[in-house]
Amino acid sequence: MGQGKKVILIVDDDMDYLFQMRMHIESFGFEVITAESQREAEKIIENTKPDLAIFDLMMESDDSGFILSYKMKRKYPDVPIILATAVSSETGMSFGVNTQNDKQWIKADLYLEKGIRKDQLHKEINKLLKI
Amino acid sequence: MEKLNVLVVDDEPGIRSGVSRILNNFSVSYPFMDSDYGFNVVETSTGEDAIEIIKKQKIDIVLLDNKLPGIQGTDVLEHINKNQPEILVMMITSYASLELAVKATNQGAYDFIPKPFTPQELKSALENVSKHIFLRGMTKKLNKEGKEIRYQFLSVLSHELKAPLNAIEGYLKIMQEKQAGEKIEDYEQMIDRSLHRINGMRNLIMDLLDLTKIKLEKKTDKFQQIKVSEIAQNAIESINPYAIQKDVQIFLHDNQDVQINIDPGDLEIIFNNLISNAVKYNKQNGRVDVFIDKKDNLLIIKVKDTGIGLSQNEIKNLFEEFFRVKNEQTKHITGSGLGLPIVRKILDIYNGDIQVESEVEVGSTFTVTLPV
Repeated sequence: MGQGKKVILIVDDDMDYLFQMRMHIESFGFEVITAESQREAEKIIENTKPDLAIFDLMMESDDSGFILSYKMKRKYPDVPIILATAVSSETGMSFGVNTQNDKQWIKADLYLEKGIRKDQLHKEINKLLKI
Repeated sequence: MEKLNVLVVDDEPGIRSGVSRILNNFSVSYPFMDSDYGFNVVETSTGEDAIEIIKKQKIDIVLLDNKLPGIQGTDVLEHINKNQPEILVMMITSYASLELAVKATNQGAYDFIPKPFTPQELKSALENVSKHIFLRGMTKKLNKEGKEIRYQFLSVLSHELKAPLNAIEGYLKIMQEKQAGEKIEDYEQMIDRSLHRINGMRNLIMDLLDLTKIKLEKKTDKFQQIKVSEIAQNAIESINPYAIQKDVQIFLHDNQDVQINIDPGDLEIIFNNLISNAVKYNKQNGRVDVFIDKKDNLLIIKVKDTGIGLSQNEIKNLFEEFFRVKNEQTKHITGSGLGLPIVRKILDIYNGDIQVESEVEVGSTFTVTLPV
């Protein structure tokens, strides 16, 4: 590589989660930019292209993460996206991509349950960044 | 203790005996569950056997490896979904096949456990499933009793409860691994934040208790003829310490000494919620005015604040469970999103009503009317 640190954009409206993610991901050796809302993230995306993005699903609206993924992929098709959510199958709001119809518009590359182990997170990020 | 039957399907004897060992001495308890859950473990090494076992005996949870000697885990999953969808399936997968795990989840697996897992990871996964089974049973029971629990409510509730848990757990892990330094002082902010989140969760639980306490029918045995201003005064006194911190003054106006026949606890919940909101979303040097009045046969309570106000859109959603106004000004204000829905539920019981008038940046007025 040698072109400086990779930049990772993290968007989540839970300031504690954001803080922890920043801490972990910086410790992996990446540069981190954060946003606390879909709106704020949209502004950042306008003139910044990160190397990877991690979006929370439920922010201002229940599907903020999906909307961000969609907008992000339209602008930067090559930037991998992780959707992280605390919503799991138990809640009935399945976070997966269930139907062909969903697949067409849900543009994330990976879904992760929040609370994933640090080393697993690192592995998944590296895999997406092809490091 | 209630026992859940867990079937472990894995061709590695080590995994099977490991799971048995861990689960035989493990039980799950939650404050809201009537009894603890323990586990009976049944083992098998093939998918074919698993299907036979499921036919013959009652199984609640299947821990299912995908790579099996004969038919594959996903085939077993398909069979279960088709024939016994009430069984919850957890896929055991190596992390390399996370993608498969996600696919399995989409095909109806309840969850997955990455392999290799620690005893703790297995336990927390099982804790999750047991909670789910408990809630499912609960929901069925409540439905039978004619009380509808809305699915949406449970799902958002679970999200609201999990977010602070995740945050606190995250901080504890950082501390456990001493990621921010050797001294306790290095973690001061994280400890503060954890306590803050715990507090938020406590408030949510209190609100939930209020919400479940509210019965759908009138509980006339608790009715008392009471002076409304007395209840209001109690509420103000309990909120005052917080108001002083926020530099907000609360004034009570009652010219008529209005009385009403009501469960005092219900009236207290109404005042507590409206006044604490008026303080919480106020500005520095702001004020809250509580008016108690009687017109025709109606008790009229007005709570007026000089706070940040509400947009029309926000007013529309205000009484929905877990709705919270999210903007720059409310970012650091915590709340359960249940206060106003609770007020609305109580008012419904008494054939009362609530109206909101508001102007952004100027303030809001909540007007409650109750038949006397």
